[in-house]
Amino acid sequence: MTTDIKLTIRGGIDKNGLPDKITEINIIPGDIVGIVGPTGSGKSTLIDDIEQLAQGDTPTERIVLINDEKPDINLRVDPRQKLIAQLSQNMHFLADMTVREFLAMHARSRGKGPELVEKVIELANSLTGEPIYEDEHLTVLSGGQSRSLMTADIAVISDSPIVLIDEIENAGIKKQDALRLLTGEGKIVVVVTHDPVLALMASRRIVMKNGGMCDIIYTSEAEKDICNKVIEVDDWFMSLRETIRQGNSVEEVA
Amino acid sequence: MKLAVTAGTPGSGKTSILLHTIKALKRRGNNPAVVKVDCLWTDDDTRFGRLGVPVKVGLSKDMCPDHFTIYNTDDMIEWAKGEGADVLINETAGLCLRCAPYPDNCLAICVIDVTTGPNTPLKVGPLLTTADIVVTTKGDIVSQAEREVFRERVLEVNPDCMIIEANGLTGKGAIELAELIEMSEETSEDMMLRHTPPLAICTLCTGEMHVSRKYHMGVLRHLDGFTEYRGE
Repeated sequence: MTTDIKLTIRGGIDKNGLPDKITEINIIPGDIVGIVGPTGSGKSTLIDDIEQLAQGDTPTERIVLINDEKPDINLRVDPRQKLIAQLSQNMHFLADMTVREFLAMHARSRGKGPELVEKVIELANSLTGEPIYEDEHLTVLSGGQSRSLMTADIAVISDSPIVLIDEIENAGIKKQDALRLLTGEGKIVVVVTHDPVLALMASRRIVMKNGGMCDIIYTSEAEKDICNKVIEVDDWFMSLRETIRQGNSVEEVA
Repeated sequence: MKLAVTAGTPGSGKTSILLHTIKALKRRGNNPAVVKVDCLWTDDDTRFGRLGVPVKVGLSKDMCPDHFTIYNTDDMIEWAKGEGADVLINETAGLCLRCAPYPDNCLAICVIDVTTGPNTPLKVGPLLTTADIVVTTKGDIVSQAEREVFRERVLEVNPDCMIIEANGLTGKGAIELAELIEMSEETSEDMMLRHTPPLAICTLCTGEMHVSRKYHMGVLRHLDGFTEYRGE
């Protein structure tokens, strides 16, 4: 999906009411932008500002523009017109419905048909260990299963030109596969992460401190080389983890 | 005088949302006053009082809190006028979900908690179905998908309402709500309710303590749905 869309974040204030050092960021399709910083530094708040298309009406007073304009109210609230899909840090569903009922209703809220339900479940099961069944209740799913289902749901049902991802590495799912699924081609991707692979896969990363956007680091050529090495280490680490999960010895993998 | 009647299940965040909304109303140059109705006890008046707006508490005690609100609406408006207010915010106790204390010439606001699950909008009844604005709260605790499903369910039962996704902790949604209150129609005399209150004139309403069926008279509905009048 290729769309002509530009996302602009205008700086607001940090937790002490001081202005963001970064006053404006523009993001275009195909861009992956990271958000990094210590826990409590305002990473999730920044991503929430984007999800809400904040207009100076959130505690950070930031302003988010689409194509240099204040977005129409319906773009902010109507899921049928929403430009943004968000994978938050929530690991559990609270809705007491079956997987099928929930997905069918979510598809409807996004103006799409029920035929997507099976596709979501199939995709979710490619990311998680124990399979998810359509007649299961959402509330009995494990954290990893819920997270896989949320990821697949975003890839298939909430398929939007702007994708926001909050700490996908914590989910206990295959993070690179999940990221590939979510980002697709030609989307604007903003990813909150502590993970070196994900942070270095971004073309630049916003550094958060005390609630404010304090710096932007562009991923250098040297960092990209490091990223490739980290991916090798990470793959090895993941294969160890998978082997242990399957109840096998890691002697051969090591 | 504008009248904003706010109803919603206990713990849904009515007071927190209103606190932020009142601040926003004041910043925009309005003079809001608040009447908080509760059944037995409340300390919300001190929370509202800190904002420097006129506050009045009504405790319904032995009367149904929604009936109490309806019965006292004229008095509340008179009181707010006397306080020099131009907007009266009425926060109801909101308990049984069967009454909706919304008059026709008011802005009817229903506050509902997303974490109660997407079947809740089907259970809430006229409180939700006759509201002009539905404020959904605690959306930060669930996924975007769950928020969207909840929204869909609200629109199923009230297709014409305006939905505001709010957050009582951060104040998200308060500016939007304040704008809508500001734009609402002036209230009038001789207002009519939007929905009939339930048929509930029975002996229990007047203090009967016995449980056994033989002690009860009035308009009574059986488990199987049969409704009868017993009495003189």
